[in-house]
Amino acid sequence: MRSMTAALAASTLLAGGGALAQDALSGDLVIFSDMSNPAPRAVMEGMVERFGEMHPDLNIELTVIDREAYKTQIRNFLTANPPDVANWYAANRMLPYVEAGLFADVSDLWAEPEIAENLASTRGALTVDGAQYGVPYTYYQWGVYYRADIFDELGLEEPETWEEELANCQAIIDSGRKCYTIGTKFLWTAGGWFDYLNMRTNGYDFHAALTNGEIPWTDERVRQTFANWRELIDMGAFIDDHQTYSWQEALPFMVNGEATSYLMGNFAVAPMREGGLTDDQLGFYQFPVINPDVELAEDAPTDTFHIPSGAENPEAAREFLRFVVSPENQTLINNGENLGQLPVNASSSVDDDKFLQEGFEMLSSNAPGGIAQFFDRDAPAEMASVAMEGFQEFMVFPDNLDDILERLEEARQDIY
Amino acid sequence: MVEAPAVPQEEHVPPRRGWYRRNEIAITPWLFLAPGILFFAVYVIVPIFQSFDISLYEWSGLGSVAENGEYVGLANYRDILGIGPDETMDRDFEISIRNNFWWLTLYLLAIPFGLGIALFLNQTVAGIRLYKSLFFFPFVLSQVIVGLVFSWFYLPNEGLLNAILEFFGGEGVNILGDPDTATFGIIAAGLWPQTAYCMILYLTGLNAVDPEQVEAARLDGAKGWRMLWHVILPQLKPATFIAFVVTVIGALRSFDLVAIMTNGGPFGQTNILSFWIWDVSLGEGGLKYGYASAIAVILFGIMMVFISYFIWSMWRDERAVRR
Repeated sequence: MRSMTAALAASTLLAGGGALAQDALSGDLVIFSDMSNPAPRAVMEGMVERFGEMHPDLNIELTVIDREAYKTQIRNFLTANPPDVANWYAANRMLPYVEAGLFADVSDLWAEPEIAENLASTRGALTVDGAQYGVPYTYYQWGVYYRADIFDELGLEEPETWEEELANCQAIIDSGRKCYTIGTKFLWTAGGWFDYLNMRTNGYDFHAALTNGEIPWTDERVRQTFANWRELIDMGAFIDDHQTYSWQEALPFMVNGEATSYLMGNFAVAPMREGGLTDDQLGFYQFPVINPDVELAEDAPTDTFHIPSGAENPEAAREFLRFVVSPENQTLINNGENLGQLPVNASSSVDDDKFLQEGFEMLSSNAPGGIAQFFDRDAPAEMASVAMEGFQEFMVFPDNLDDILERLEEARQDIY
Repeated sequence: MVEAPAVPQEEHVPPRRGWYRRNEIAITPWLFLAPGILFFAVYVIVPIFQSFDISLYEWSGLGSVAENGEYVGLANYRDILGIGPDETMDRDFEISIRNNFWWLTLYLLAIPFGLGIALFLNQTVAGIRLYKSLFFFPFVLSQVIVGLVFSWFYLPNEGLLNAILEFFGGEGVNILGDPDTATFGIIAAGLWPQTAYCMILYLTGLNAVDPEQVEAARLDGAKGWRMLWHVILPQLKPATFIAFVVTVIGALRSFDLVAIMTNGGPFGQTNILSFWIWDVSLGEGGLKYGYASAIAVILFGIMMVFISYFIWSMWRDERAVRR
């Protein structure tokens, strides 16, 4: 029975993949993965098992490495002992490896109609100088998660404009709570706030140019972004002492009702549910409009698979990448029981989970401005680290803004 | 005719011995040292020179230095130190050096603290061994755990420190969140295990204090501070020396506490050289291996000042003994 389903799956894949070589894959396929958290790990192991059933002659070796440790180890193993397939992130995060010639060009995969048509939305994030260097396997939306029960109690609606946002926040503060929880100890959470404020104030194109180093940080438009941010800071919208907390340590403020909202990625939903919040208590809204003249744009970080240039079995690796992005696999691995995120393939179906539905709706029909990866994936690592440190300082000491912007501008001139 | 005593005619020929046997005394120590020297060379000496080499390149850490690195001469050092026209010193370097200075100075408090506790515990009471081991306990804990415990102790709302302050009517403080106090908060956490370490060094030192000299001093009417300063402390000199060495080196390489407690923050204000090296090369600000190597060479230079002093003073003492 088992071999029958495997054969069936293999035949559907072959049919779906179009003109594929008939000879079966053999040899070793070595995969290094950073999907080390329990749910992602199960997903990765499940994919390897299903892929292995389709190709019984192929010997797959999967090595799962701790997600944080992976970020440093990848530099060593790509040069010293390259696997056939490796996990990483899109956009600028992969640029150093592409420039060092460590990731293989997979433009041929992207030329196949199956992939070209269904994965068009993420093509840009995997393109360097006109060629593609990997495939995505999941992405997730960012937005404001809020305590719907507290909003009801105070008679508030989801804000759509900046004025409504400020009025809501004032009402929340008057009720003795904070509007936003955030933990900036590891800096990137402040990067999320900057992304949204800047994209809403100046638009996606300006934001992309800024993270590409084409615009000075001392520009008047950048200052406008910080001025909007400052309105919230001066109101006391953010929790105190956020520079001491990680993003997880900032969660209890929301769960206990001391703060009502959290600007975060969709991965924050699972711990909030575990913390005891029900779906009736939790809501989601798109970050409100600040400047009505710019189109809405969103952050949606994409996680990826790549083939290192030193791969010994690139044929099998390509087949694995095709399998990962196939509509059936995408539907399966991103559903609520598995990753609980959004599938990258347009022919896949999104899970019934209300946050995934809302996020998918938002990204596909209400983000005409464009989709950004995230501050530390769009800007080069060095610039991101200096800038996010500056954002954190600004959130604690807004009066230091001039000094911070001077510093960022100096860094920009050195880095690009 | 007197016969000569029957002596063997031939000269004595010693049994032939191998080359090794002939040189045994000279060679054996080196044989025993060989594994140590080999590993020390491969893992310590060679990397020092590699760091010098890499610090002259701009290299992302990917591929080999020769292929992917760009030779930039002393440019990394000029950037860090701000030498040359319209160059300013790297802000992180300024902060790191300042914090390293505070670490070096305040960490030395572990020596008098350790001595104080050692003197206090150097008595015979029932259960003194238990008390000694309890005082020594923090040194057994991993630095990571010490950092974690202290960061919870300092937590702004729930932390024990704030509970105590508020009990006495004080205001809540966020030690690790305030750039002016964060470094001192971390140093205080570091002092806890380091004091225990110095204490154990002094406790063993106190065992070796000559009771006859103490007796004689007592007959001459010495007690209290005079006794401590003129009789006990001179005899504890070796212990003080070792305590000084381990504390200075510990202060310069105190990476783990910073990484755990603040991650260099808030906004980079608790950076120290060793953490900064990590952040620039392996951390999020990453992929500047040449720059990080240049910082490492500078840190090496600072450490060399102390290490040279230690080696010189040990050499001097040994010479004094041989005379």
